Amino acid sequence: MKYMLTLYAAPDAEPAYGTPEFDAMMGEYFGLEDKMKGVATFLAGEGLQPVQTATTLRKRAGKVETMDGPFAETREHLGGFYLIEAPDLDAALRFAAEIPAARYGSVEVRPVMAY
Amino acid sequence: MSPQALLAQVLHQDRGRLLAALISRIGDFQRAEDALQEAAAAALVHWGRAGVPASPIGWLLRAALRKAIDAYRRDAALSRHRDAIAVLAEEEAADPDPQTIPDDRLRLIFTCCHPALEEKTRVALTLRSLCGLSTPQVAAVFLDAEATMGQRLSRAKTKIAVAGIPFAVPGPEDLPDRLNSVLTVVYLIFTAGYAQGPQAGFDLCGEAIFLSRLLVALAPGQPEVEGCLALLLLTQARARARVSPEGATLPPAAQDRRLWDHAMLAEGKALLDDAIARQRPGPFQIKAAIAALHTGDTPDWPQIAALYTRLLDHEPTAIVRLNQAVAIAEAGRPDLSLQILNAIAGDLPDYQPFHAAHADILARTGQPGPARQAYALAIAAAASAADRAFLQSRLDALNGAG
Repeated sequence: MKYMLTLYAAPDAEPAYGTPEFDAMMGEYFGLEDKMKGVATFLAGEGLQPVQTATTLRKRAGKVETMDGPFAETREHLGGFYLIEAPDLDAALRFAAEIPAARYGSVEVRPVMAY
Repeated sequence: MSPQALLAQVLHQDRGRLLAALISRIGDFQRAEDALQEAAAAALVHWGRAGVPASPIGWLLRAALRKAIDAYRRDAALSRHRDAIAVLAEEEAADPDPQTIPDDRLRLIFTCCHPALEEKTRVALTLRSLCGLSTPQVAAVFLDAEATMGQRLSRAKTKIAVAGIPFAVPGPEDLPDRLNSVLTVVYLIFTAGYAQGPQAGFDLCGEAIFLSRLLVALAPGQPEVEGCLALLLLTQARARARVSPEGATLPPAAQDRRLWDHAMLAEGKALLDDAIARQRPGPFQIKAAIAALHTGDTPDWPQIAALYTRLLDHEPTAIVRLNQAVAIAEAGRPDLSLQILNAIAGDLPDYQPFHAAHADILARTGQPGPARQAYALAIAAAASAADRAFLQSRLDALNGAG
């Protein structure tokens, strides 16, 4: 089964760029694919630029409306994702538990729709 | 026996076993349940007409597999359903013999108690699938409307199928946590039954003991599983004595021991000995050991206090602290007990046992004023008239003495 793992965290919760903690965290992210071999297969994954760079788009009555943001500072924001192939939810959850964001934010594990 | 009566008996005794066998073959919780229901309906027709089959379970399993194949055929547009039909047709062709049907209920328990489901859902699904309670009966346990409970159960089965919650016994790495999740569900079922007393048509304490015995049989050599059954037996054995003739809750030391079930106590203690001998302690073994100490001629309070302190490592809750404080006071350290009670007072504002214990210990340490206030809080929070009357008598005694 395919699972989408979406990573949420408050902007100030993760280690700051340039600190040794940040480097250690990035090392964990880069090592994740190898570490999880035999549990689940990495298909795709990316980190996102901060939410301040986001643009939200809606189309209403045929007209495109765009908006800067969202910006609420206190909320957890989507910061990245993984797409994995795992035999079942237990394997997907084991992968999710190794993602650093699980420690200072949360990881949502969702099965991908099969058509 | 009439076909109706036989069917009711088979479904009551073996619903969990049939459902587990069907899920493992069909691979889908909801489809398995639907197929079993259709097979039961068909059984009434066929058994009435052609007589009762030699093996009712084998008949039901085979009929349910055919119903599941039919259901897959009805929506065979999806290629994965065509694959499922091929597998099931093979299963169905092999003559299901109840002697050879492997018992898949352990896998079913782990699925129903999966931590990806909400705790209430785990309890409800376990009662429905393994204990064979009807949806209205499960709804009654939670004081929910039948439709609400039906939706909850149906949402859970959808999540199990769509999210890929496995129908499997977890591997050794996950087993301790997952087993604890299962035992917690069993214990919640037991405590709900203990609080409510026997219900019309079903007995939750009995169901919890049934589940616990099933776990001991299917997952042998697990000390926490044995500890859980020991705890339930040591508690249930004293059930008839726990309330006074007037209806007030009695501590073990004040109970009429002639009302205890001594055979059940002995079974619980023997199980606990087996568990402890495996030298892998855990919260259920500790609670069972505490329950066992309460059945001694006089409770061994220093030992009980020490066990509560160890239980805090596993369950750092205010309720465990309260029990620890009571044991420490009984063991002769009321001053230390009061310190603990003061520390947790804010966590248990309306909890009658907290205020009752607090009042008792204040009275014993020569503080009648604060003790009266605590009794008043306990009386205000008491759930039954008998408990209120008991607390009032303690307050009256204090006023008489003071």
